[in-house]
Amino acid sequence: MKSKISKVGGPKRPSTSPLGFLAGYTLKLIGLAILDAIALWFLSQLYKDQVWFMFIVIGVITIGINLVFLVEKLYPFQWLAPGLALMILLVVYPVFFTIYTAFTNYSTSNLLTKSQVITALQSEQYISADGPAFSWTAFRSPEGAFAIWFISSDGKGYLGMPGQLLEQPLPGQGNLGALDENGVPLSLTGYTRLTKAQTVKHLTELTALQFGTKPGIITIASISKAAQYQQKYTYLPEQDQLLDNETGIVFTPVNGNFTSPDGTSLNPGFQVGVGLKNFIKLSNTAALRGPVLLVFSWTIGFALFSVLFSFALGLFLSVTFQNSLLPSVLIKAIRSVLLLPYAIPFFLSVLIWRGLFNQTIGVINRIFEALFHFSPLWFNDPGWAKAAIIIINVWLMFPYMMLITTGSLQSIPADLYEAAEVDGASSWQRFWKITLPLLLVSVGPLLVFSFAGTFNNFGLIFLYNRGGPPVPNTPTPIGHTDILISYVYNLAFGTSNADYGYASTITIVIFIIVAIMTIAQFKYTKVWEEV
Amino acid sequence: MLEIKSKLTSISFQRTVNIIWSLLVAVLALGFALFPILFVVAAAFNPTGALSTTTLIPNQISLKNFSDLLSDPAHPFLLWMWNSLKVSVITAILAVMISSFGAYAFSRFRFPGRQGLLYSLLLIQVFPNLLAMIALYIIVYQIGRYFPPLGLNTHAGLIFIYLGGALGGTIWLMKGFFDTIPRELDEAAVIDGASRGQVFFYIIFPLIRPILMVIGILSLIGTYGDFILARILITRTDNFTIAVGMSLFSNLQYNVEWGKFSAGAILGAFPIVILFYATQKWIVSGLTRGAVKG
Repeated sequence: MKSKISKVGGPKRPSTSPLGFLAGYTLKLIGLAILDAIALWFLSQLYKDQVWFMFIVIGVITIGINLVFLVEKLYPFQWLAPGLALMILLVVYPVFFTIYTAFTNYSTSNLLTKSQVITALQSEQYISADGPAFSWTAFRSPEGAFAIWFISSDGKGYLGMPGQLLEQPLPGQGNLGALDENGVPLSLTGYTRLTKAQTVKHLTELTALQFGTKPGIITIASISKAAQYQQKYTYLPEQDQLLDNETGIVFTPVNGNFTSPDGTSLNPGFQVGVGLKNFIKLSNTAALRGPVLLVFSWTIGFALFSVLFSFALGLFLSVTFQNSLLPSVLIKAIRSVLLLPYAIPFFLSVLIWRGLFNQTIGVINRIFEALFHFSPLWFNDPGWAKAAIIIINVWLMFPYMMLITTGSLQSIPADLYEAAEVDGASSWQRFWKITLPLLLVSVGPLLVFSFAGTFNNFGLIFLYNRGGPPVPNTPTPIGHTDILISYVYNLAFGTSNADYGYASTITIVIFIIVAIMTIAQFKYTKVWEEV
Repeated sequence: MLEIKSKLTSISFQRTVNIIWSLLVAVLALGFALFPILFVVAAAFNPTGALSTTTLIPNQISLKNFSDLLSDPAHPFLLWMWNSLKVSVITAILAVMISSFGAYAFSRFRFPGRQGLLYSLLLIQVFPNLLAMIALYIIVYQIGRYFPPLGLNTHAGLIFIYLGGALGGTIWLMKGFFDTIPRELDEAAVIDGASRGQVFFYIIFPLIRPILMVIGILSLIGTYGDFILARILITRTDNFTIAVGMSLFSNLQYNVEWGKFSAGAILGAFPIVILFYATQKWIVSGLTRGAVKG
C-alpha cells in the first residue's frame, strides 16, 4: 500500500482487468469466510456458557460485516466496518449494559441469575434427626484409606468410599467378599475389616469424611449410626417457590431474594429488574439525596471555576502578549515554554502537585510557614482541598485557553478598535464591548466542551486524594472533593458491597446532563447545518 | 502639570511601561507554569532524595536517583516505559488507519444515516467511560477465556479496548481535512479506471500524510497518559504502563522515594514533551484554527 506517486494528479494506471477484479473479489470472500469461521467458533463457546449479551452483540456484528461486504449498495460501510464494529462492541454495548444495569439490583449480593441461585440453593444440604439412617462397618486399607459398608433401615447394603457414588455390589462382584449373618461383608479386597475396638480408634478421622456424592452424602454420626444429608431446598416450578424441607417454610422470590413470610431472605440473591426503583431511591431518600446533591454542586462548581479562572488567565496572557512590544521572537518563545503544563502527561503533573501540596513537608507549605506562619491543610480540610484542586486544574488548562484565545484575538478586525478609540472608548471599554463578545462567539463552544470534560475529570480528583476528605455519616461513601463520576467509581469499585445497579443509575444521570449541554451547544452554534 | 502629563502620555513612556508590564507578566506566568517542573528537576538530581529535604536549588547534583530508579526491582521503570510506548504507538497507528477509513467514507460518500451517524459518534464520546469499565472488564475477561493473548492483563487486550474509541475520537478533524481535498482528483482517477480503494491509497493518502502523522502523535500522547483503563485491565507489575506504575510511587514511602519518583517523572515525560514540541506548530494551528470557525 505504499504510494508510488510523488505528485498530485498523476495516478499510476491501476489494473482493472476482469481477472484482477475476480481476484479481488475472491480475496474478499476468503477473508469473510475466515472471519466467519472465527466468529462462529467464538459464538458457539459463548452459547455453551450462556453468555447471552455478548453472544447477541458479536452475532449482530458478524452478520453486519457479512452484509456490508456482500451487498454492493452498502459499499460505504465497508470503510466504516472495522471502526464501527469496534465501536459497537466496546462503546455501544457498554452503554446499553449500563442502562440495563441501572434498572436492576445488580450488586455483589445480587450477582447471579435466578436459575443460578436456584441451583446453588438446591445444593444445600441438612441432616435431620429422623432422616435416613444407617448402621455401618468400617474397612481400612494399608495406606489408610477407608471404605464403609452401610446398611439402611430397610436392610439394603451399600458400599461407600469418600467422594464416590454409593454402590450396591453383590457378593463376589468387585471386591466384595461373602456376607456374614448381619449382612456385612466378611472381606473387601485391599481392605481389612475393622473390629469395634479398632473402629473406635479411628472414629475422629471417620467422622470427618464424607461418603457418597451430592445429594445424599453420608457421614458418620456416632459409633452405631451414619446419617445421610438431604437436600434442604426444593424448587417448585409451578408455584415459583422454594420449599425448605427441614422447616417446611415456603420462600417466594421478592425483588431478587427468596423471602419467607416473616421476612427473612436467603442469600445469594439474584439479579432482577427493579424498574425505576434505583432512580426513585436516588430522588426520594434524603440521606442519599443530600450527599449526591453536595457532590453534584461541587462538580458544577469545580468545572465552572476551573474553566472560568483558566480562561481568564489564558485570555489575560494572550491579550498581554498580543499588545506587547517585545520582539515577536521572544513572545513566541515565551508562549512555547508556557505550553509545558499542557505537554506533560497529565498523571505525572497531578502526582507532582500532590507532592508539592503535601501538608507537612511539601514545598508550598514550607513557603506558607515561612511567609504567613500557617500551613493550610490541603488534603484534610474540605475548603483548602477544593482550592488546591482548582489551582492544579487552572495550571493544567491555562495553556490551552491561551492557545484558543490567541487565534480568535488575531481575527478581530483592527478597525473596530480604531473606530471605538475615535469615539472615545477607553481600553477597558474596548475590551468588554468588542473583544469579549466577539471572542466568545468563536471560543464559546470550546469552553462548553472544556466544561463538559472537566465535569468528568476523574483522573485529577482520584489521583489527588481519591475524592477525600470523607464526609462523615453518609450511607454511601462520599468525599468532599468527590465529583459525580468519582462517587460512581467508589460505589462500583471502592467498597466490598458494590451496588452496580445504583452506580449505573447515577452514571445515566451524568450522561443525560452532559448530553443536554452538548446538544444545546450544537444547536446554539448551528453546527448541525454545516456538515 | 502639563509637562508631567505630557511626559506620562508620551509615546516613549508608554512603550517603556508596555515592555516592563509584558516582562513582568511573562516572568510571573513562567514562574507559575515552571515552578512544579523546576522543583521536580531539582529533586531528581538531588541525591538526598526525600520530599522534605528538597529545595528549589539543589545543593548537590548527582545522578544517584536515576541509577536507583533504574535498578529498583519493585519498580521496573524501563519495562514500564517500553510497555507504554509499545501500546501507544501500536494504538496510534491502528487508530489512525481505522479513523482515516471512516473519514474517507464520511467525506466522499453520501449514504442514508450519514449525518445521524456522524453526530451519534460525537454524542457517544460524551458517555462517561468509567462505568463502562465493568462491561469492558467483562468483555476482555470473556475474550481472554477463549483466546488468552487478547485477554486480561495483556497488552493486546488493552490496545483492543483503546481502539474502541478510534472511530469517534478524531473523525471530525480527519473528515475536515479530507473535505479540503478536491473531489475532482477522485473523479479524475475514477475516470482513469481506479477503484475506490486505489483512489484512497494512491491519491488521497499521500496528500494527507502529514495530517495523519499529527493525528497519530496526538493519539499517541493521549494513549500514553491513560490511567484508568490501564489500571483496571493490567494486573501484573511487569505489564504495567507508566501511568499505573508511577501512581504506585505516590502511595507508599512517599517522602523517602520522592527523588526516585522525580527521576521517573522526568524520564517518563521526556518522550511526550519532545513529541509535543516537534508537532507544536500543527497542534497550535489546529487548535487556534478550530477556534476561528471559517
